[in-house]
Amino acid sequence: MTARLGGDASRILPQARLSGPMPWVIAIMTALTVIALAGGLALANLADNARAEISGGLTVQVVEAEPAARDRQAENAVALLNNRDDVAEVRRVPEEELAALIEPWLGAAGTGSTSTIPTPALIDVKLRGAVTDARLADLGAALARVAPAARVDAQASWLAPVFGAISSLQFLALGLVLLLAATSAAAVWLAARSALGANRDTIEVIHHLGGTDGQIASIFQRSIAMDALAGGAAGLLMALAAILLLGQQFAGLGSGLVAGGGLDPMDWIVIAAVPFAGVILAMLTARLTVVAALRKML
Amino acid sequence: MSGAGGGIVQFDNVGLRYGSDREVLSDVSFTLYPGSFYFLTGASGAGKTSLLRLLYLAQRPSRGMISMFGQDVITLPRARLPGFRRRIGTVFQDFRLVQHLSAFDNVALPLRISGMSEDAIRKPVSDMLEWVGLDHRAEARPETLSGGEQQRVAIARAVIARPEVLVADEPTGNVDPDMALKLLRLFDSLNRLGTTVVVATHDVHLLRKVPDSLIMRLDKGRLSDPTGALKYPPRRGGPNT
Repeated sequence: MTARLGGDASRILPQARLSGPMPWVIAIMTALTVIALAGGLALANLADNARAEISGGLTVQVVEAEPAARDRQAENAVALLNNRDDVAEVRRVPEEELAALIEPWLGAAGTGSTSTIPTPALIDVKLRGAVTDARLADLGAALARVAPAARVDAQASWLAPVFGAISSLQFLALGLVLLLAATSAAAVWLAARSALGANRDTIEVIHHLGGTDGQIASIFQRSIAMDALAGGAAGLLMALAAILLLGQQFAGLGSGLVAGGGLDPMDWIVIAAVPFAGVILAMLTARLTVVAALRKML
Repeated sequence: MSGAGGGIVQFDNVGLRYGSDREVLSDVSFTLYPGSFYFLTGASGAGKTSLLRLLYLAQRPSRGMISMFGQDVITLPRARLPGFRRRIGTVFQDFRLVQHLSAFDNVALPLRISGMSEDAIRKPVSDMLEWVGLDHRAEARPETLSGGEQQRVAIARAVIARPEVLVADEPTGNVDPDMALKLLRLFDSLNRLGTTVVVATHDVHLLRKVPDSLIMRLDKGRLSDPTGALKYPPRRGGPNT
């Protein structure tokens, strides 16, 4: 029979509670885990939003030095694209917008109507569905017939290095979460062993009176769970303050890409679950530590 | 439940050694009958405490066979030992009271371990404290109790769950003669209720206080049998009386 020990477990083993700085260590570990997790989730959202935005996105450049020929080919290209069923949206980038885009590199003198530097005509295209190499080749061939100077590029290929970097950061965040979980487990393991040592005589008495490993482990589990819950709640509050502060800072940047990296309701639920996951991890670690130590006794 | 031959505990050629030292117990064989009162005597270092450790299942022997309550406890899985320990009451030589618990909570510990509810615990623990004359000290911590009082709390804790076997290691070693006699009367009362009692002592005067008791003597780890305790059925309590 594995009955629970009645009464207040902490009265039977008062030192089973994590003493000293341990609840604060758990609080700090939880805070760091939540911040790393929030960062990873925000990056995932940012990547998803960016992918959704540029999915099916194409840029057609008409690279022709002679302005009249460039305009004509650009108009032909727009007309062809508008007539295709697989094209959802076509927009020729106005000259002024184009000038504003390249002004930081060429200066105002290099981008005005008096400029002698030829700039390509740009056409923003949105395909229905994702861009594939086959669709890109098919569209390029069709455009070549009406606008020989046209070049077609998928927008996603430009941003591939950015997605690569985001993916690396996501793995880094995941690695940090796992590392922090392992560190928390190690801290609880040390604390449980210390509490076991401090209560060795009492544990031996309970053992001799017929207490089972499960009963003794459950005393530690309950005590450590309470401390882990308190530490986890404090850590969550610290992390939430940091996340909200960082969120405000990034919102202030006003960048479209960064703005896509917010947290959705499901992300907040996952973040709120971190302290509970911490409690489960602490209880499991405490139980395994205590049971392993007790098995050395008869 | 008794084992073969009506014994509640049976040792057969039991030997015990710690590490690679010589055996502290050699070829120990005996049978304890239900409801009997045994004294285990011998000089210091004769192996009394080692024998008691085997009896209260704190130790497995190096060789031989031990049967308790009709079960071979040598091959018994570790997970089943707690159930057997709950049928054995133990009074340790050094009391082993839990220092941060009151006398009441120390006595209640076996009942809490067995899963009894807090409501059901209150009365039997109070009655037990009254039986050992410590009802007025229920809330006292062990450090505030005298040696004799601590000994009585330890005895109350050992018998509260009505064990089938009571094992006591030098229970009168820390108390004056009057208190020793009182404690012995407690054991005798319990024995008359059907519990098999084994008291280890080196106090020969104590042996005369329980006239019907049986004596096992240990000498350098070997058991002798001055009263025929190991050969004949008990004169009181057991199934043959």
